[in-house]
Formats: sequence, structure tokens, C-alpha cells
Amino acid sequence: MTTVEKIRFERVTKSFAVRDANKKGVSNEYTAVQDLSFTVREGEFITLVGPSGCGKSTLLDLTGGLTTPTRGRILIDGKEIAGPGLDRGIVFQQYALFPWKTARGNIEFGLEAKGIPKREWKEKANYYLNLVGLSQFADRYPHELSGGMKQRIAIARSLAFNPDVLLMDEPYAALDAQTRESLQSELLRIWKQTKKTIIFITHSIDEAIYLGERVVVLTGGPGQVKEIVDVPLKSRDADVRSHPDFVKIRQKVWNLLHEPEYIGANI
Amino acid sequence: METVKSVDLSINNKKLKNIGFSGLQKLFKQSIVLIALFLLWEIAPRIGLVDEAFFPRFLNVLIAWWEMVKSGELFAHFSASITRSIFGFGLALLIAIPLGLLIGWYPLARDLLNPVLELFRNTAPLALLPVFMLFLGIDETSKISIILFACTWPILLNTIAAVGSVDPLLIKSARSMNISSFKLFYKVILPASVPTMFTGIRMAGSSAILILIAAEMVGAKEGLGYLITYSQYNFMIPEMYAGILTISVLGLFINYGLLSLEKRLSRWKQDPTL
Repeated sequence: MTTVEKIRFERVTKSFAVRDANKKGVSNEYTAVQDLSFTVREGEFITLVGPSGCGKSTLLDLTGGLTTPTRGRILIDGKEIAGPGLDRGIVFQQYALFPWKTARGNIEFGLEAKGIPKREWKEKANYYLNLVGLSQFADRYPHELSGGMKQRIAIARSLAFNPDVLLMDEPYAALDAQTRESLQSELLRIWKQTKKTIIFITHSIDEAIYLGERVVVLTGGPGQVKEIVDVPLKSRDADVRSHPDFVKIRQKVWNLLHEPEYIGANI
Repeated sequence: METVKSVDLSINNKKLKNIGFSGLQKLFKQSIVLIALFLLWEIAPRIGLVDEAFFPRFLNVLIAWWEMVKSGELFAHFSASITRSIFGFGLALLIAIPLGLLIGWYPLARDLLNPVLELFRNTAPLALLPVFMLFLGIDETSKISIILFACTWPILLNTIAAVGSVDPLLIKSARSMNISSFKLFYKVILPASVPTMFTGIRMAGSSAILILIAAEMVGAKEGLGYLITYSQYNFMIPEMYAGILTISVLGLFINYGLLSLEKRLSRWKQDPTL
């Protein structure tokens, strides 16, 4: 395994001004994430799990360069993030496909953004359509595709402009359990094939452990790293979820996520 | 692979069937009441249900219509009317769409201008007709101007609304791919705005006809509106009805044309009837 550092979060803090619910015209500062520090290795599949409101999506916006941290910094390959860039591809929970473009058109949008010559679009789009198993659906519009298919196309679109890092924001949260599982193993296959660094945000403990080499456990209000859990699983077959090692890790992550409640309950 | 193929086939079959039997059925459903209406129009004056002097038989109206077609009179009025509406409507498109996109894109401009635009939109254009005639006389300029005025507001306001209601997630997604502001506008905002924009364009299409006819009735020497008032003054009642029918058909054509253009441009939208 390579141990080259790809992304470094250095005491990242992000606060917003939010309206006060009780006093009109007064705005309070809300801190979404506070003093967040961890590193991601090159080619690593890292998952972030945490309760809602722990700033998962804020963290992803920051990494995507869509917002800037209030304090601290995020480095990619040693350089501070200056804005959005095609070295990172984002996959959103709600797919964010352009409804007026076909599956192929959506993939080509990313190719065009990257500045790839038009004559190469077809071949590249075909390659990634094939990678996600949707070659026959190239000319369908998003509304003609199922949720799982849409997310596959969104993944293909992000992969097509060949980013180093894939940022995924609860990409499977809106899908049914069966589709979710098949897309999870598909993602692992794609990850092995393309050797991307993947940051995958989820609220599902099972998903985080199944996909991640390491699981970053976040706690809420404001979001902080609770612990980073290694996932030393040997195989990632579908039935790994019932393996004793898997169950042990799940228990550990669950406890980490629920610790604050015990403290509150004075157990 | 196998299942995909069969799905495609069933879609094709459905389409074929639609064109065949159910197509005829649809045509029948759509025309039967219309035919009944024309029959009633023919019969009512014949049996003395209405005064034939004011409400001539349908066939007589058609004959009068045909006579006007043959003499070239109808075409002269028709082309005068269509030229005015196309100029007014076309100019409105050219002005209101770019302006609407611009205003919609800049939130400050939108907030500043919206109250004024709402005021203008809610000023009945016909109320301003005397003003237009005072300034521009009774020739083509005043009529084209008032159609332009009437068409501008619905297009402008709907374009502004369309830009403002583009799904922020799509903008975010495009921005994450680091595309320029111009490309974001041209490749995302514009296509996403088309459906809402078209609501305004179709509203403008129908008000173009309405305003045109009214303006021609008040002050013109040719045009379908003029034909109607002129025929009425001279008690040429079948000719008057022929003029009214022509306007209805003109309106139908314009609406149909805009609808099919809209369908072409928003093919990607989910058909609500599905």
C-alpha cells in the first residue's frame, strides 16, 4: 500500500451566520465543523460517518472548493485548495444530472469542462458508460432512468474527466437497499480499477465499514473527528457483513457515535 | 441485455398503436363537439332560433369568407395583421429574453426592478393605446409598439423567474467542474430556464393577437380588426363573422406553432401525461 499523503485537513473550522429564531434581525454564528484534522492517503478509500448536523456536507463543499474554511486549511498534494477544480470530482446524493442532456451528454459535459478535444468525447464516454454498465442507456434522458442508473451516470460523469479524488456525498442514501448494495460492490470494483482516492460520506455505519479502508467517525454540533477506525477486512464479499470482524468494527463505530448519549444519560 | 431489448420493443409497439387506432379515436373525440357546434350554427338561424340578420348561417359565412379569399381582400387584411404581430412579438422576444436573463442573473437587479416590472405588467396595454397613438400616430409604428409593449412583460417576468428558479444543485454541480461563469450561464442556466421561459412566450403569443385586434379596431385602415368593425358598420354581417373566424384560426396556429417549438426545445422534460 502506498503511504503518500494526498489530502490533509489542518484544524479546519467553518462557521456560518444564521438567523436567530427568537430575535428578529439578529444573526448568530453557527459552527458546522471545528478544528478538524486528518489526512487521506493517495489511492485510499476513506469513509466519513456521523450523525446528521455533524457538518459532513460542509466538509465536502470545502474539499470541493465550493466554500472556503473560516480557519485552518485543506491541502491537496501539499497545495492549499484555491477553488473548484477538475482534480476533484463530486457525486451528489440527488445525482445533479442535467435533465436536458442524455446520459452520454452528461458525461460529455465533464469532458468539455476539462477541455478534452471533441473527437475523443465519444470514445471516452463509451468507456465510462461501459464501466458503470449502462452502455445501452447512453441516449436516455435522466427522467427515463431509475435512481440507481442516474447515480451510476453521475459517477461515470465524475470519473470521465479523470480526477485524482472522488468526493461522494451520501450518494446512495436515496436508493433502495438492494440497489445500494449492488452499487457499493460496483464502486469497490471501480475503485480497484481506477485507483482513485475516494472520500465517501454516509450516515450508514454498515456502508462506511464495507467501503472504507478507514472510517472517520464524526460527532455533531460542531463537527469534530471523534476517532479514525481502521477496517482490516480481508475480503469484501457481500456476506462480509456477517463476518465476526465486521460485526466487531460495527459495534465499535456504533459505540463511538452513541457515546455522547450515554454521557447525557449518566450511565 | 435481453430485458432491455424487450422494453424497447414494447415502447415502440405502444407508439405504433397510438398513431393507428387510438390516433383516430383521439381525432374523433377532439372534433365531434366542434362539428356539432358548426351544425348548430347552421341550423339555429334556419329554424328561427336566432335572427338571421345578426347571426347568418354557417354556410353563408363560409361563402362570404371564400369570396373574400378569392378577391384577395382577406389576404391583404390577414398579411397586415400578421406582419404587425410578428414584428411586435419578435421584437419583444429579442428585447425581453436577453434582458430577462440579465436581470434574473443579478439578484440586485432583480430586487430593484421587480416592483417596477410588476407595475408595468399590471397596466392594461389597451389603456395605454391612446398614449401610443398620441405619440406615434395611427400608422404601423403605434400598433407594433403596443404589441411589443404587451408582449414584453410576460416574457420578461417569466424569464427572470426562470433564471431565479434554476435548481441550485445543478449550478453547484457545474461549478464544481470549474467552468467559467459564461459557460455556466450558457450551458446550465439557459437550458434549465427554457420551460418556464416558454410559459411567458405563450402568454405573450395570445396577448399579441388580442392587442393587435383591439388596436386595429380603434385606428387602422387594414387588418383583421379593421375588417370586423368595418363590416359591422356597413352591415356586412357574414363578412364580419368570416373575419372573426379568421382571427380564431390565426390564434390557433400561433399557439400550435409555439407549442410545438416548446415541445422540441424541452424534449428532455418528463411528459406529465405519462
